[in-house]
Amino acid sequence: MNFSGLFHSFGPLTITGLAQGAIIALFALGYTLVYGVLRLINFAHSEVFMVGTFAALYTWGFFGLDQNSPTPSLGAVIGYMLIGLAAAIVVSGITALLVEFVAYRPLRRRNAPPLAFLITAIGASLAISSTVGVFTHQNIKGVPPLIRPATVVHLGNWAITNLQILIIGLALVLMFALDRFINYTRLGRGIRAVAQNPDSAALMGVNKGRVISLVFLIGGLMAGIAAVMYVLKIGDTKFDSGFNLGIEAFTAAVLGGIGNLRGALLGGLLLGVVENYVAGLFGTQWHTVGAFVILIAILMFRPTGLLGESLGRARA
Amino acid sequence: MTEPTASGPREAEPLAEAAPAVPTQPRAGTTAVQSPPVVPAAVVRRATVRGWMARQPWPVRAGLILVFVVLAYLLPYAGDIPVIGPQIVTQGIDWPSALFDMSYYVLLALGLNVVVGFAGLLDLGYVGFFAVGAYTVALLTSPDSVFNTKFVWLAAVPVAIVVALLSGLILGWPTLRLRGDYLAIVTLGFAEIIRITADSTPNFLRGDRGFGGLPHPPGNKSDGTPIFGVRDATPYFWLGLSVIILVILAVRNLDRSRVGRSWLAIREDEEAAEIMGVRTIKFKLWAFAIGAAVGGFGGVMFAGEQGFMNSSTFQLQFSILILSGVVMGGSGNIAGAILGGALISYIPDRLRGISDPLTHTDLFQWRFVFFGIAIMLIMILRPQGIIPSRRRAMELKDRAKEAAPQ
Repeated sequence: MNFSGLFHSFGPLTITGLAQGAIIALFALGYTLVYGVLRLINFAHSEVFMVGTFAALYTWGFFGLDQNSPTPSLGAVIGYMLIGLAAAIVVSGITALLVEFVAYRPLRRRNAPPLAFLITAIGASLAISSTVGVFTHQNIKGVPPLIRPATVVHLGNWAITNLQILIIGLALVLMFALDRFINYTRLGRGIRAVAQNPDSAALMGVNKGRVISLVFLIGGLMAGIAAVMYVLKIGDTKFDSGFNLGIEAFTAAVLGGIGNLRGALLGGLLLGVVENYVAGLFGTQWHTVGAFVILIAILMFRPTGLLGESLGRARA
Repeated sequence: MTEPTASGPREAEPLAEAAPAVPTQPRAGTTAVQSPPVVPAAVVRRATVRGWMARQPWPVRAGLILVFVVLAYLLPYAGDIPVIGPQIVTQGIDWPSALFDMSYYVLLALGLNVVVGFAGLLDLGYVGFFAVGAYTVALLTSPDSVFNTKFVWLAAVPVAIVVALLSGLILGWPTLRLRGDYLAIVTLGFAEIIRITADSTPNFLRGDRGFGGLPHPPGNKSDGTPIFGVRDATPYFWLGLSVIILVILAVRNLDRSRVGRSWLAIREDEEAAEIMGVRTIKFKLWAFAIGAAVGGFGGVMFAGEQGFMNSSTFQLQFSILILSGVVMGGSGNIAGAILGGALISYIPDRLRGISDPLTHTDLFQWRFVFFGIAIMLIMILRPQGIIPSRRRAMELKDRAKEAAPQ
């Protein structure tokens, strides 16, 4: 155990943890939204994220950027960022809708037991990730360095880079916007109604099928944005990059209380920071173990997560 | 969107269903004139095969089962059957090895079926118990182990099973309060903790380097060569099949006993079961422990055949594969678990060594694409699994609505 190491690099560990946690939180939204409405784990959500990373990568590749190209000027960076984000959002959103259409809708029509949904989602996840795996020869693909990390803010020995500010800021803004959307718009009210009671909502004139598609779409959009942030932070991607981060995102969703939007944010940030502290204390390979131990400990005392379950009931 | 046309009649159903709030069975019994008992179409069709079997006198049934078992033992020679034989056997991997792989997959599916199918506890980290069994054997028998005990394989078997059983209890105890998906993530975490521990303790569980020199099961042929050699996997398959038969007998009897009925009650409604006096904690622990012991046994078999093992075997994807086998075959049904377990091992192995006509590459690299599409199709066409549990299908019929919101 390396307490002095943890103490000396407490600031950097916290900041990088928050940045990682912000990505996890955006990713976790997809799990939590679908769970809130359907009470199902969307196992294929990890591939929605993975597809987004490749969409950004190939879009930048289309413009002649590769991992060795120099960092372009500021205006070009903003342009590329917007294009990459747009591509990732579109591809992830379409993938999420496809997953819903292929793997969930036919089963909903047949009143399948909940486990059946889990298995079709696993099937979809396997099919998507291995297709990408075959086409990329299972190689790690490098991403053009659009943003060179540079320290822009010093707070004592807390050095904060531009990329970290971008990731954390973007996640907070998106979370705020989504929270407003769910709580104060007509569509959001529809989502909450279906989350509370699907049958009653349908009787009140809410189009259930459309609400469910919408929920998948929102999850996909957020995963697309998280995917771009992820490739900028990590610098590369692989066909199974979604799976491992997906487990962390799902853990974050459960930690905060699955089905609860603010819970996803809290859970994601907490998970990112705790993992970093554990990594500083015991070594990097243990960081996921730390996350799971914290999760089990919290679930023993609060069996429905930190902020409690339910999209609809929490603020009905 | 095609939603409006499709949703019209479907969303009207809750209204029609809401009127008779009483369960289907009593209603059908008291006023039989109005409506005969509603049995799902799938159940009727299945009942013709299984019902026929049940109507035979017991010598016929016993004879049929015996023939079936003998045929199973003869599977390694399936390649010698004219015409169909070569279609069945795998090409890129020798057929007895593929059969042995199927045997431990089936064993794991049987064990997981106890946890998921009977007791309804969603376990996403079942490979953890498999790993516990395999690592216990490795630690006790391998010359690479820190303990340096160098047991023979047979002596390590009971120890490994007991350790796996205890690990099931250890995992079961803190997670008893958790339901459904929370339990799923905690079990998943358990398997990951074991894998990461194996990966990051280079001197104890030896990570990637793994354990070599694991002993094979004992016994010599008449000419002095060992029965369980390295060349031919057929004896291992027979051993695996024998273990499977024992496990089937044990699990089937458990399912039909008081324990099995308690599991059923817990699976369908835990609160109601508890109110009715079922000791839910005890029986959930039972399910975890038995499932873990069977999974540990699978690990023991695996270690005995391979002779070498490292941490890369125990990936999370493996648990998920087994779970999809159980649910695909028919959760809560022993025959279904066997079929599902065999399929998840057979399909990828069968695709190995076949050339893809378009790109002239091995179809093996596409195996998970096909596999993913196959399990999706099976679940969409038969949401209760290939061989659904009849009892379960009846029970679920009137709860299907609440089980899966449309």
